[in-house]
Amino acid sequence: MDEKQTYTVSIYTENNIGVLNRISAIFQRRHINLESVNVSKSEIKSVSRITLLVQVTEDQIKKIIGQLEKQVEVIKAYYHTDEATIYQESCLFKLSTDLLTENDEIQKVINSSKSRVININKDFFVLEKSGTKEEVEELYHLLDKYGIKQFIRSGRIAITRDEMRVSELLKGN
Amino acid sequence: METKTTTSTVKGVKTNVTISGAEAVIKCLLAEGVDILYGYPGGAIMPVYDELYKYQKELHHVLTRHEQGATHAAQGYARATGKVGVAIATSGPGATNLITGIADAQIDSTPMVCITGQVAEHLLGTDAFQETDIVGISTPVTKWNYQITKASEIPEVLAKAFYIARSGRPGPVLIDITKNAQFEKFEFSYEPCTSVRSYKAVPKLELDAVKKAAELINEAKKPFIIWGQGVILGKAEEEFKTFIEKTGIPSASTLLGLSALPTKHKLHVGLVGMHGNYGPNKLTNECDVLIAIGMRFDDRVTGDLSRYAKQAKVVHFEIDPAEVNKNVFADVPVLGDVKESLKEILPFVDEKEHTDWLQEFRNHDAVEFDKVIKRDLYPLKEGLTMGEVIKEINNASKGKAIVVTDVGQHQMIACRYADFNQSKSNITSGGLGTMGFALPAAIGAKMGTPEREVVAVIGDGGYQMTIQELGTILQTKAAVKIVVLNNEFLGMVRQWQQLFFDKRYASTVMTNPDFVTIAQGYHIPAKRVTKREELASAVSEMMQSEEAFFLEVCVEKEDNVFPMIPTGSSVSEVRLS
Repeated sequence: MDEKQTYTVSIYTENNIGVLNRISAIFQRRHINLESVNVSKSEIKSVSRITLLVQVTEDQIKKIIGQLEKQVEVIKAYYHTDEATIYQESCLFKLSTDLLTENDEIQKVINSSKSRVININKDFFVLEKSGTKEEVEELYHLLDKYGIKQFIRSGRIAITRDEMRVSELLKGN
Repeated sequence: METKTTTSTVKGVKTNVTISGAEAVIKCLLAEGVDILYGYPGGAIMPVYDELYKYQKELHHVLTRHEQGATHAAQGYARATGKVGVAIATSGPGATNLITGIADAQIDSTPMVCITGQVAEHLLGTDAFQETDIVGISTPVTKWNYQITKASEIPEVLAKAFYIARSGRPGPVLIDITKNAQFEKFEFSYEPCTSVRSYKAVPKLELDAVKKAAELINEAKKPFIIWGQGVILGKAEEEFKTFIEKTGIPSASTLLGLSALPTKHKLHVGLVGMHGNYGPNKLTNECDVLIAIGMRFDDRVTGDLSRYAKQAKVVHFEIDPAEVNKNVFADVPVLGDVKESLKEILPFVDEKEHTDWLQEFRNHDAVEFDKVIKRDLYPLKEGLTMGEVIKEINNASKGKAIVVTDVGQHQMIACRYADFNQSKSNITSGGLGTMGFALPAAIGAKMGTPEREVVAVIGDGGYQMTIQELGTILQTKAAVKIVVLNNEFLGMVRQWQQLFFDKRYASTVMTNPDFVTIAQGYHIPAKRVTKREELASAVSEMMQSEEAFFLEVCVEKEDNVFPMIPTGSSVSEVRLS
């Protein structure tokens, strides 16, 4: 109960200015770092879904969910362990095009990691990979020695195995 | 729900004329039943002030001497009346000066709407004169906030602001209005807000929870109730009284719950918390069922949580789901509006008397009287005590006055000893502990309830934090009675320094001005009492005064407040000396 672990927090909110600020302030006040943040549309029109990744205890996250749901513009908040979600992170690498012509090493990495080249020109190419944080990290380590010109990773996005029933909540009001 | 075609309703206002955003603000306030607001003008809010000038017959604006005073006055008004308090200020420093009062209202669940002016939309983010990100700054201390940049948003947003401020667990809402939106003309129509789809004001009461709670209560041998401000905010004083009288359960109050039940009620066993009464603190750890009603187990109530009521099953009546299991685990949470919950549970609870158990509280009272109360209220030594001043106020007011307190020793003494016969009579800054709260809050309380006597009891430290509001009293003739208990110290901090820092009185000695002269400078009749024999007549003169009155009582310099639960101690370790 009291051990910190990674939780995916999914928050359904109104798509209004300042909601993200209000939500992040709840974590800031409790001295909790947000490991990743993603804001997007949800399955419900005009409702946003904010996905956060935090390292906390279950006791902490339960109380935080209460504070999140207390916010006027939050419709519903959930927390899940990795096992309860199907999740992905996406990343982009910018690498030198020379690497492709020098030998087939990099091509092997691309194939084995199930990443794909999404842009190429005479100077650089862009490699895209979606997967778990670990898969992305692994690819990063494989590519590191070739010289990564730029690297970026998105926040986690996650679909839960359980139903969310947020539409029903909105109808209830 | 009203329809768009309604031309006029009880609360709704529908016109087809084109008006400015600034005038719309006034019309919204009037539609919400606001007749008084507290504030301070400035550049970015001037269009609204111009309309206040035009509407001065309908809407009374009180010019405080500082924006902080405006928020505390609005809070005092809200706490005395149960209605939403309104404060208004300009952008920049005007807005930031509201923050202390907003934070105070947030932590003490006070319904308040604050309106701030903002620079014109095209200047946002340019570091324009008196521009500050007040929406960003106020986010963590508001229940809701919003920035309006178009006049057409005003009616809907203000309706929502009032609805959110007053509904469910009340709290402060801040609405920031850019100057262009105040000037802009639009077709005004107003409909009160009755729901917000993402916001559930009151959780649905579950009959199952009610029955489980009743079962625990009926089986209890030593049940104990701690009630909080929720009883007052939920307008559930009558239901609460009926419930405790049927079940015969000894009941203690939190600091903010005081006055929900008359002090002298036979089941009222006192105040819990750091400087609360001996019995309720100690017996918290002896009860078998602890029934918390509209309270949030603040750390000043519980002391060390790991040694708090561990032997008891806990029933928690609460409107805010986030409060359940936050500090103390509830075996049976009863979520909902406390008025409804208490009505619902009544038929399921047995009629009982807990004579022996109640007697245990009274036995502890006797110990407390002997060790603490006697020397506070009936001192034999020469110096005046704070307690005897409160006793004189009780004598003069017959427990009918609203007692507004600041923060510190005087506050604890006043809340311990003041008699309350009527609800909404105890107005104090509880959660935030805001020194400077009392004087402006008393002004708001008096204006909200002019028929009631309002006595502000303040320490010499806190008084000087908002002393400029004497100017507001001078200008408005608010008949507030001000009692400053002067010990020439920041007494509570000094007490801690004495007890826990080997009497190193770091920056707690106060060199004070002549308070009587200052009051007289504001044309407020004033008196100073230094001797016991002068006290009763001075208090009586003050209470009989038809206008504002200032009374300084020079009290013993190094008195301490007991009982006391030192930080980190358990409620059972409550000290009597």
